[in-house]
Amino acid sequence: MSATMTASGGVPGAAKNISASEALGRRRHRLNTIVRTLCVIATGLGLLFLASILFTLIYRGIGGLSLVVLTTSTLPPGSHGGLLNAIVGSVIQTFLGTLIGTPIGLMVGTYLSEYAQHSKLGDAIRFVSDVLLSAPSILIGLFIFALLVAPFGGFTGIAGCAALAVIVIPIVVRTTEDMLGLIPVALREAAVALGAPKWKAIVQVCYPAARQGIVTGILLAVARVAGETAPLLFTSLGNLNWSLSLGKPMASLPVTIYQYAGSAFEDWVQLAWVGALLITFGVLAINIAARFVLRGGK
Amino acid sequence: MSQAITKRPSNRGDAIFAGLARLSGLLVLVLMGGIIVVLFLGGLPAFKQFGAGFLISDDWDPVQNSFGALVPVFGTIVTAVLALIMAVPLAFGIAFYLTELAPLWFRRPVGTAIELLAAVPSIIYGMWGFFVIVPIMAEYVQPFVIDSVGELPWIGAFFQGPPFGTGILTAAMVLAVMIIPFIAATMRDVFDTVPLVFKESAYGLGCTTWEVMRSIVIPYTRVSVVGGIILGLGRALGETMAVTFVIGNTNRIATTIFGPGNTIASLVALEFPESETGSLKLSSLLALGFLLFVISFIVLAISRMLLKPGAKA
Amino acid sequence: MSTTMNEATMADNTYGGVQVRSSQAIGAPRIAISELDFFYGEHKALKQIDLALPDKQVTGMIGPSGCGKSTLLRVLNRMYDLYPGQRATGKVMMDGENIIDPGIDLNSLRARIGMVFQKPTPFPMSIYDNIAFGVKLHEKLSKAAMEERVEWSLTRAALWGEVKDRLKTPAMGMSGGQQQRLCIARTIAVRPEVILLDEPTSALDPISTLKIEELIDELKADFTIAIVTHNMQQAARCADQVAFFYLGEMVEVGPAEQIFTAPKEKRTQEYVTGRFG
Repeated sequence: MSATMTASGGVPGAAKNISASEALGRRRHRLNTIVRTLCVIATGLGLLFLASILFTLIYRGIGGLSLVVLTTSTLPPGSHGGLLNAIVGSVIQTFLGTLIGTPIGLMVGTYLSEYAQHSKLGDAIRFVSDVLLSAPSILIGLFIFALLVAPFGGFTGIAGCAALAVIVIPIVVRTTEDMLGLIPVALREAAVALGAPKWKAIVQVCYPAARQGIVTGILLAVARVAGETAPLLFTSLGNLNWSLSLGKPMASLPVTIYQYAGSAFEDWVQLAWVGALLITFGVLAINIAARFVLRGGK
Repeated sequence: MSQAITKRPSNRGDAIFAGLARLSGLLVLVLMGGIIVVLFLGGLPAFKQFGAGFLISDDWDPVQNSFGALVPVFGTIVTAVLALIMAVPLAFGIAFYLTELAPLWFRRPVGTAIELLAAVPSIIYGMWGFFVIVPIMAEYVQPFVIDSVGELPWIGAFFQGPPFGTGILTAAMVLAVMIIPFIAATMRDVFDTVPLVFKESAYGLGCTTWEVMRSIVIPYTRVSVVGGIILGLGRALGETMAVTFVIGNTNRIATTIFGPGNTIASLVALEFPESETGSLKLSSLLALGFLLFVISFIVLAISRMLLKPGAKA
Repeated sequence: MSTTMNEATMADNTYGGVQVRSSQAIGAPRIAISELDFFYGEHKALKQIDLALPDKQVTGMIGPSGCGKSTLLRVLNRMYDLYPGQRATGKVMMDGENIIDPGIDLNSLRARIGMVFQKPTPFPMSIYDNIAFGVKLHEKLSKAAMEERVEWSLTRAALWGEVKDRLKTPAMGMSGGQQQRLCIARTIAVRPEVILLDEPTSALDPISTLKIEELIDELKADFTIAIVTHNMQQAARCADQVAFFYLGEMVEVGPAEQIFTAPKEKRTQEYVTGRFG
């Protein structure tokens, strides 16, 4: 550093280049300003997209939001139906899907973090889980269709739950493994040093220590599957009537929105917007809650 | 308190827990294997019936029972790639802004807002695309572009067609908005992994922010950045609901970017309810699902390999 | 090179006559280590260690970083079993059994040989549950008996007075020094025979350090203690017997006074006089 400085200082005629280097500096500065401006515009566009989506939902949905929508099931066009069966169906399928997927995901994440850090099998499972995490959800719908719908001759709520569970698993795996990985080795060793078997150290010490992260993962999974449409199209199909039976087709908010938004009836389209408003703000609220949980402990 | 150290194996609980964990891990492999096998077997009648012709035929004719994958595969790849072309610069700008430019207090709310964009259900993107983007395209963008760029020799041919608002480009635009948050979040996270000393020493030499980004941050994170972009591509390839609303749903190879088309996912979503169990059409749809899986798997595998070093968390 | 156990005992006898003021004679071994080798994969981290931990006395282990003293502690409670690729060969005898024998039940071994770590490791639960956690692993106690045990261990760890009114609050809310004493209480609540302390005060302030050192002095009435420390004054203050480690070998062992005032080995002398480290 100092050598360079003395060298350049000693170069004859260095002073002559000052104006050239000033011009260069101005050009570099200008380029910097342009790039910075473009970045601000890009970020502004990103925020504009979000604002536009939220505004559209509120603008088109809020007018149709009423108690009737929340207390009446879907009815034929023109008869003032609501979305009750769709909302309840979504809650049931999301709840059961999460209930089935979470323990499996938790165990897989535990396996990857605590038992198979450097094993070939662990690497394979981690890889496959990460691919499943981003795999097209419509394919998971087709898979469950071929597995649970076609052989049994009918669309069922339980098939919908199964499809959502498959989506939940890799999300919970990812956060569980990441969060367990953040727990200091000393904490595990301290538990083991007291004579705790490994599984007790994991369940009674590591899980509580990673609780916030794991809960965040589960919430994110709930938010993700609550809005899924494609996998339900081929599994629980949707149901225009009130039904709580897991053995029959079951309505869900996203599928109802899909059916209504494309219809020619104005009141159905209006209901689709109300449903869209509900599902989006529900999902975003869960997302924000998840962040809140994660931050709560730090 | 001085009993001998028992040799009783007190590790049965350990064995059960470890066994369960391992079993769950294997279940993930079984799921993946199951998806591949089930889609392949489901598509087998179509593969047998049409052979390699399935891949190169642009037919989709339920009446004649003649099906080919060319149009949806073409639509899938074209929309995803176009979406990537639009999304990458914007995502980079956002990531750059969030890591280097934005005031510190501003970074978390803006970052959260961008991440929330990723949480919006895809069907909402479909409705937003159909009711907001399509009219804008039909009334302003397409007529303007067709009258200006469309008049140019050579490239003009790609910018012509009926200004319906829907089509390949509109689908790609909605996809772009959907994948921007994924790519931006990955880029932001990897930009943040660059050790401060590197950046400080570059600033110390008199670099501008952009020069530090271009000559320090990007080279340092190049592999992961590409991994994040490919992850976005993987997301775009399999997206269903958003595309179904805006692509126009025509089984024809679009010759212009305003033309309608379809993708594997949109075709499956639309045609599936009209397919009977055991029909050749259903088999063809499952065969398409298998193709989509293979394409996504390859893309996601590449992405993961690139993202592996240093980009965890 | 390394001093054998017998020589150590003999050394004590030999020097016993000379150093009349030697505070305490080194007693009978509780744990006897002989010909112990330890490997991290291919790397040999401990070479032919011979050392006896005298019953109800404090053995201090000193030496520069990476010399193997912490590794030795982690052999004594088989902590290395958590990590594939780490293994030990040789003999670590306690009550006629070889601790490093694969057939040993690790959980009950660890109930008998407790360990306190460098940094405080409170579990993410209440102060009370931190203590009860370890006890419950090995004993079924009534609620009253458990409360009694918690009070006893917290009292022994000189912490009862400070926390008795907030036993149900999270342990994370305590100060660093309190957390470390909680970890000691948690360890002694299991009523081990041996306590291993791995640089227990290196993350603490001087006042907390002093409290822990006083505690060690009291605990040796009931427990055999091994303490790894970087702080030579601490070893001089706490230990009855001191072992000096260097590059995976145990160079010298003897009564604290002898090691600090009249070391036999040149390397020991250089280390304790601060010429390298």
